[in-house]
Amino acid sequence: MKTFENVDVKSVKEAVGLLQKFAGEKKNAAVVGGGSEYLQLMKVRVATPDYIVNLKTIPGLNYIKEDAGGFRIGALTTLAELEEHKGVQEKLLFLSQAAGEAASPQIRNAGTVAGNLCQRPFCWYFRSASHVCLRKGGEICYSVAGDNRYHAIIGGGPSYIVHPSDLAPALVALDAKIKIAGPAGEKTIPLEKFFVTPQVNARRENILGPADIVTEIQVPAPKTGSKGFYYKARERQAWDHAIVSVATVVQSGSGAVRDARVVLGGVAPIPWRVPKAEEFLRGKAIDDAAAQKAAEIALDGARPMKDNVYKIDLAKNLVRQALVASV
Amino acid sequence: MDDKKGKGVSRRDFLKRVGAGSVGAAVISKGLLDAPGADAYPTEAVEPAKGRSIVSLKVNGKAYRIEVQHRQTLAEVLRDELGLTGTRIGCDRGECGACTVIIDGRNMYSCSQLAVWMSGKEILTVEGLAKGDKLDPIQQAFIDHDGPQCGFCTSGQIMSGKALLLRNPSPSEAQARRALSGNLCRCGNYNREVEAVLAAAKAR
Repeated sequence: MKTFENVDVKSVKEAVGLLQKFAGEKKNAAVVGGGSEYLQLMKVRVATPDYIVNLKTIPGLNYIKEDAGGFRIGALTTLAELEEHKGVQEKLLFLSQAAGEAASPQIRNAGTVAGNLCQRPFCWYFRSASHVCLRKGGEICYSVAGDNRYHAIIGGGPSYIVHPSDLAPALVALDAKIKIAGPAGEKTIPLEKFFVTPQVNARRENILGPADIVTEIQVPAPKTGSKGFYYKARERQAWDHAIVSVATVVQSGSGAVRDARVVLGGVAPIPWRVPKAEEFLRGKAIDDAAAQKAAEIALDGARPMKDNVYKIDLAKNLVRQALVASV
Repeated sequence: MDDKKGKGVSRRDFLKRVGAGSVGAAVISKGLLDAPGADAYPTEAVEPAKGRSIVSLKVNGKAYRIEVQHRQTLAEVLRDELGLTGTRIGCDRGECGACTVIIDGRNMYSCSQLAVWMSGKEILTVEGLAKGDKLDPIQQAFIDHDGPQCGFCTSGQIMSGKALLLRNPSPSEAQARRALSGNLCRCGNYNREVEAVLAAAKAR
């Protein structure tokens, strides 16, 4: 790694102030939580910060609090802690499972919930220091003419990365909110609005500014009669990102769907919510045919590249399975 | 590790002094590190340069005060500065698990933690398992069940198995398999490694 200075901060305010100062001085600074993901970018010199702001030294940012409204999860809560939390297992089992599907035990023990949502892409061109791709300030997305077997089939262009998070689809399906601290104070926004497509910004995956940090995730209590699922397809049984994943939350009553969320992971540059499929399901009794139709609608508009056509059938099947399991 | 060689200057220490060439590095001789008063870092020491700090590490119950570069990973410091080479560096990118150590009771990749973040943490490496000449049950089980083939991943496998047993003394096979899922074995000896973890659980 290039030489840099690690700065341990003691509060969110100090972190934001420091990041603001570095930004003002045009210094290259980065925020690190668990560090597992960002250190790898530094080792291959895709990221070469002069300063690292270490958030792990902030006390009181690691918690899961439960009340009538739902769960509040501190940014520094580890994936393992989220997976093992009794209340989460009891009320939102699929969120616990999504956390447990991420990476490997060692990474779940170090990696944080906020860090999982803020991961940089695992596109092999992005992670290669010898490819100055669009996402790193270059001219082109190498996946277009290159090997694109793991790239986006929907929502891509001009960059075709896929969002690597396992938690993000599950949390978006749960209508989670994210709390962000920045120079202008704190704000809480729907998690869905946190992520940005490459059409908006091809160099970033989310709205965080240089002095913004994630402080909390808020998950509303599940509605009566709702069931959630997270299904993940991957090449190895362990330590692998999703080729395709799907998170569904279906609220049923009197034999019909009252409300539904269908969110795909691994297929688009952001967690890909499909409101048209949700709309189709509303008021229906889910059977094989309805689930199949919803899956078709979810993948409507997918435009695969030469090596990733297979993702369409994979995604349709996962959506269908998750919906059938919901009734 | 032979801790008794502190009196003279070992080849490793000599190279370390010559190679590092800074004021801070010169105090990192085994004699000072292992001394009971190791916490008394000389106060006249020169202010650490940018990107360097003095950290207090607790490794296998022993306290170390040592100057590290901020860019040094825990794996690098364990091996290159403290001489604890039982921790292996395989991929150095948080994928293979050869560098697995236990930090505050949880197994983590030491290649993916900076040493400077480790102040106040309890670190357990493979060297810390045996009590004198008596091997930890999991070490014995790895021997009895032919856990190691080439042996490169073994210390990482053992530390992941140990971390599991610390939290769950009688795991199922599925739990043991999952607990080792962040440790690659190029020899493909997974069944024996899982077997060894389960045998260690029974041996306790």
